[in-house]
Amino acid sequence: MTNDILVILPEIILALSAIAALMVGAYGGQDKLARPILWGISAVLVVVALMVASSSSETVQAFNGMFVNDGFARFAKVVILISAACVLIMSEAYMKKRDLLRFEYPILVALSVVGMMMMVSAGDLIALYMGLELQSLALYVVASLRRDSVKSTEAGLKYFVLGALSSGLLLYGASLVYGYAGTTSFAGIITTAQAGETSLGMLFGIVFLISGMAFKVSAVPFHMWTPDVYEGSPTPVTAFFATAPKVAAMGLFARVLHDAFGNAVGDWQQIVALLSVLSMFLGAVAAIGQTNIKRLMAYSSIAHMGYALMGLAAGTAFGVQAMLIYMAIYVTMNIGVFAFILLMEKDGQPVTDISALSLYSKNNPGRALTLLVLMFSLAGVPPFLGFFGKLYVWRAALESGLTWLVIASAVASAIGAYYYLRIVFLMYFGEDRSDAVDSNRGGLLGGFLIASAVIMLVGIINMFGIESVAGLAAATLVN
Amino acid sequence: MENNLLSIVTFIPAFAAVILAVFLRGDDEAAQRNAKWLALVATTFTFIASVVMYLQFDSMNTGFQLIDEAEWLLGLNYRVGVDGISILFVMLTTFMMPLVIAASWDVNVRVKEYMIAFLVLETLMIGVFVSLDLILFYLFFEASLIPMFLIIGIWGGANRIYASFKFFLYTFFGSVLMLVAMVAMFADAGTTCIGGCSISLLNHTFASESFSIMGWQVVGGMQTLMFLAFFASFAVKMPMWPVHTWLPDAHVQAPTAGSVVLAAILLKMGGYGFLRFSLPMFPVGSEVVGPLILWMSAIAIVYTSLVALVQDDMKKLIAYSSVAHMGFVTMGIFSTNQQGLDGAIFQMISHGFISGALFLAVGVIYDRMHTREIDAYGGLVNRMPVYAMLFMLFTMANVGLPGTSGFVGEFLTLMAVFQVNTWVAAVATTGVIFSAAYALWLYRRVVMGDLIKESLKAITDMNAREKWIFAPLVVMTLLLGVYPALILDVIGPTVAALVENYDTAVAAAEAVTHTAEAHN
Repeated sequence: MTNDILVILPEIILALSAIAALMVGAYGGQDKLARPILWGISAVLVVVALMVASSSSETVQAFNGMFVNDGFARFAKVVILISAACVLIMSEAYMKKRDLLRFEYPILVALSVVGMMMMVSAGDLIALYMGLELQSLALYVVASLRRDSVKSTEAGLKYFVLGALSSGLLLYGASLVYGYAGTTSFAGIITTAQAGETSLGMLFGIVFLISGMAFKVSAVPFHMWTPDVYEGSPTPVTAFFATAPKVAAMGLFARVLHDAFGNAVGDWQQIVALLSVLSMFLGAVAAIGQTNIKRLMAYSSIAHMGYALMGLAAGTAFGVQAMLIYMAIYVTMNIGVFAFILLMEKDGQPVTDISALSLYSKNNPGRALTLLVLMFSLAGVPPFLGFFGKLYVWRAALESGLTWLVIASAVASAIGAYYYLRIVFLMYFGEDRSDAVDSNRGGLLGGFLIASAVIMLVGIINMFGIESVAGLAAATLVN
Repeated sequence: MENNLLSIVTFIPAFAAVILAVFLRGDDEAAQRNAKWLALVATTFTFIASVVMYLQFDSMNTGFQLIDEAEWLLGLNYRVGVDGISILFVMLTTFMMPLVIAASWDVNVRVKEYMIAFLVLETLMIGVFVSLDLILFYLFFEASLIPMFLIIGIWGGANRIYASFKFFLYTFFGSVLMLVAMVAMFADAGTTCIGGCSISLLNHTFASESFSIMGWQVVGGMQTLMFLAFFASFAVKMPMWPVHTWLPDAHVQAPTAGSVVLAAILLKMGGYGFLRFSLPMFPVGSEVVGPLILWMSAIAIVYTSLVALVQDDMKKLIAYSSVAHMGFVTMGIFSTNQQGLDGAIFQMISHGFISGALFLAVGVIYDRMHTREIDAYGGLVNRMPVYAMLFMLFTMANVGLPGTSGFVGEFLTLMAVFQVNTWVAAVATTGVIFSAAYALWLYRRVVMGDLIKESLKAITDMNAREKWIFAPLVVMTLLLGVYPALILDVIGPTVAALVENYDTAVAAAEAVTHTAEAHN
């Protein structure tokens, strides 16, 4: 029992700090303490990330296999924790300025991160659902953080209703799988779900499980909530949605597919490939008409989930490695882009219309250059890191014989390049407008922006060693 | 011995760009001057380093030399090296860049960014020519779009936005197919090494058995498909008729220096691609599609020469003439014999000097009068004798007058294609006459005659800086015209090996087909 607790120590520390912060906030002065709480939680997130990163490299299980702590989980957890900490720090100035900085915000983020950590470590359908719901409930609340705004409450409500629906699908699938496998633990399911002899009921279970998870990663055709929620939520919250939960959901996706159904790759490969190709095309085409940068980033994230799913569709260890690398790159790019979006303002009011970026490069050459790097990287134009992310998933898919998927994604990425290019175009060759965004001091946000752009460029040398770490992580999941 | 020289040559400009970006502050007169001088020094230094590299090069060795490699991501390697073909393109790039920077001395808008863009572009262009890894090649090839996109879009003329988008999207769409073929090559051969290592793409034979897709018989099989995928990218870059329409727009809108780089170096990436990938890696595919390309080249030469005749914008006229000259290059390459390839490479190098000089010449009078309209000029010889003489020289070189470098390339390619297809040679030769027509007519309208236009009365002749920029180009054009061995000796052995391998591969594939038919 003590051993079990030691295994989940990082989660316990984070959960306890969140509860402690809640007490301090509730009894100690409420929103006046929001700032110290935010910084405290960020510090805890970073410390826990270091703890997870430096813990022993073996695979350990706790609570009779309900909770698995392996290399894969650790990789995903570190990405989640670091990105959550970054987003929290980025939020501070923006929220303070707009009187949004409530002390509940960092606490809810911390709780949802605990949920995410549960998700990527789940070894059992029940643990999976527990993590997923802990994460989702916290996210529903932060989506409607600006409770006097119609759009924000609408976003929260929409997210909640559709999220509940997806949880229903997932639970239905889980019950089918339990019914046909006779157990909820992944280790038990994998012995019954053998290639070529999965029963029809089990197949239905897989399909429903995948649908539920596709909701969480916002893959087409379960993506409808994404643009509205991205647009309606306060921008820092959108930044959070675009990063950590996506990694967690992808991690969960990989965990379920390989730990529970790893022997029946043929049964789910085509489904995942289809989700992937639809997401890439819808993301690329639908983003062309967007004028709101937050909606644009929503479609962009849909397209990027398509590429990451391509790695999963490969169904190999290399595919999982490619997916992990892709997600790490994706999160880094998005942190940079959202740092930029948080900086976009006119007379102190946030601006989200991309036409306000007209001729941005004239007054802010440096910042325009960093956004240019990020946009080209998102589009997958070499020599930036985004291109290498694509190269990894392409190679993984090709090695598994999914040539059609690779060709389709090449076409989709050429279409998608257009809307990233349009932002660059506006910044550099747009026309003079009176409603152009102000040039303001970047401060911390500027630092995040520059760091993310520099990583996109310098990372191509050796990716800071992520490649081999992700390879080891993938090897623990797929064997 | 570890030899880093090639990597040093490649990355000096990028390093200078980083220094400019990080350390140079402000946008006042002094900062602008510093940016210009730093860029000039860096490009000159790159040229000197490349000369040192050139001296270490052994032209009798037909393999890759001066190889530098390091491990990289994804099991790929960072590998650079040069052979008899690529080294001249590297030299051309390093030779032109200091001139380009010097020609931009009068730029006064966003000077720092301008210099950074050109320096980064130089690294990327050299990188394209020295890459010995497929993915590395693609990386440089594609990335060179970004600075050029910005150069046209920021410092270009009135209609620059249309031109920059057209430029980017044309070339980007072309490359996507190439990338897919590259990934397929990787999957088939199991390596991305182009040459110079134990298992390389140049040694690999790609399947060439014919098969049919949906009732269509694909002669040459995989090789033809891959050839076409690469062709889509290189033909746009080259540019070949009928996908050349982005070039006149890009040229007209680009600033003078941008036009020079575009004409002198960027266009050569397509031709280089044909020589590095299409011919040696897909010989059977080349043999299948080659005759068609010969005809496309002949049409390009005649058609674009005729189009050039009716232009009233000087840059547009020279741009169309570039397309015609690139027609000679593709014609030479797909004659697939020694003279053809020699001529094509020679033509590319010489066109680099001549077209660069012509665009610079247009720049000289554009800087004074701010128009490229041919009708706005006339009788310049009265006020600008030196200019008239230089413009005369390069016009004649463009036409292909014996004694200038333009003659050698055209003559060799025509001779080569005559051995392969007499009709194509006959059609292409008429193009030479048309080129004399449009070039001389342009010269007559701009330089000759009486100076009657009021606006031209005060025009001044070239200043010392402008003369110095032209001097190296004059020397090279005349030197290569009277002593072509300077280039032909360097490329000769490598080209001979290439032709021999090509013929062997084609003969082998034919033998296989014949045996298969005999069995049936």
